[in-house]
Amino acid sequence: MNELLSQYLPVILFIGLSAVIGAALLFVPFMVAVKNPDPEKVSAYECGFDPFDDARMKFDVRFYLVAILFIIFDLEVAFLFPWAVAFGDVGWFGFWSMMIFLGVLTIGFIYEWRKGALEWD
Amino acid sequence: MDFILEALNYLLGVPIIGLGTDVGFVWKALLFLVALLIFIAYFLLADRKIWAAVQQRRGPNVVGAFGLLQSFADLMKFMLKEPLIPAGADKTVFLLAPFVTVTLALAAWVVVPLDEGWALADLNVGILYIFAISSLGVYGIIMGGWASNSKYPFLGALRSAAQMVSYEVSIGFVIVTVLLLVGSLNLSDIVRAQYEMGLANWLGVPQLTFLNWFWLPLFPMFVIFFISALAETNRPPFDLPEAESELVAGFMVEYGSSPYMMFMLGEYVAIVLMCALTTILFLGGWLPPIDMAPFTWVPGSVWFILKVFGVFFMFSMVKTFVPRYRYDQLMRLGWKVFLPISILMIFIVAFVLQFTGWGWNGGVA
Repeated sequence: MNELLSQYLPVILFIGLSAVIGAALLFVPFMVAVKNPDPEKVSAYECGFDPFDDARMKFDVRFYLVAILFIIFDLEVAFLFPWAVAFGDVGWFGFWSMMIFLGVLTIGFIYEWRKGALEWD
Repeated sequence: MDFILEALNYLLGVPIIGLGTDVGFVWKALLFLVALLIFIAYFLLADRKIWAAVQQRRGPNVVGAFGLLQSFADLMKFMLKEPLIPAGADKTVFLLAPFVTVTLALAAWVVVPLDEGWALADLNVGILYIFAISSLGVYGIIMGGWASNSKYPFLGALRSAAQMVSYEVSIGFVIVTVLLLVGSLNLSDIVRAQYEMGLANWLGVPQLTFLNWFWLPLFPMFVIFFISALAETNRPPFDLPEAESELVAGFMVEYGSSPYMMFMLGEYVAIVLMCALTTILFLGGWLPPIDMAPFTWVPGSVWFILKVFGVFFMFSMVKTFVPRYRYDQLMRLGWKVFLPISILMIFIVAFVLQFTGWGWNGGVA
């Protein structure tokens, strides 16, 4: 077997086995347990009321903002990984290039902080 | 034909009854998964026992001696409960959510080295794999909250997703500082680096391995990682998605029977994974704390499990005596405290390493 396959085949097999265990756990009660639904039982829970309307309503825009910030910073982390691994070879030039990159992102971070994007009240 | 035989031998070989020459991978993986699930059952019991002891209760003590079989009794109970799908729910996604949570939580374990050479797949991008898989964990929660079509789960899922992605960022930065010291993404290499370099070696007392481990030089990052791991796995004091006083049980409100159990199982598997990751990154993995006679007799995997349990004990204790955070405090801690500190620490660690020429450099230098 070639090297790539022999390294990643175990991972794929393991994910497959995890999925089998997950599926088994999920479907056992559908096979063995009693099923006796009635309209009250299957209605969505809402403190004793009948549900008023569809639950998929508008929500705070700040959740979007957090998601976007996450993408920016997670990408930054993704760029830092290879840099960190090769850190012994890149020397001062590599060090300062990454620091300039981090600096640019930090300016953006300070801007959004000052704009109040990180405030929750 | 030969290729097929070779593949079958690799997958399902059983040397004892004369099939193949090596134990097949599938059997090893199954053994690992079953052992992991049994361990998780006892970690869960330990969690409840510790919590009870702090509150001066006895905790579960009826099923089996000292309640040792409680988790298995719970499993049976969940399996026999009526599975219910709410009328307004999106049925496929509703059932897919717990499945995704459990599968991903278990799948991350394939690269964890329990001892020298004991990882099922010793990927040279191990830490990246764990980082990627644990990032996907948020999908289970979002899917569960959205598919339930009920207000509490929806709000709980939104909160939980925002919380998990916020702390994901600081976990990423912490991992980067460790990688700067090690110069390799392989989890076994990260442990080996903690044996071959560090404060104890530098002071000329290489027997005191515990001084070598990265918790000491990277102490602030160790603390940040521990707290971020609590937030990432929705443990108290950051269990905002569940906050029973506000959201009843967050994204799990509409779940019962085994889908609910799978969310809990996935959560605990993720917690123990975070403990294992703390052990590997900062506490020297399978290495004994002191590299001398009585300590080296104990096998590395036992040290690994002991350390994982030690970190889990801290997780439990935090749960018992820290009050829950408010949501704005949680986001403030993640974005305004941990993020600047970890960026600063990356700068400091990189500067010191470059200035002094320290670092393990993947073991080649």
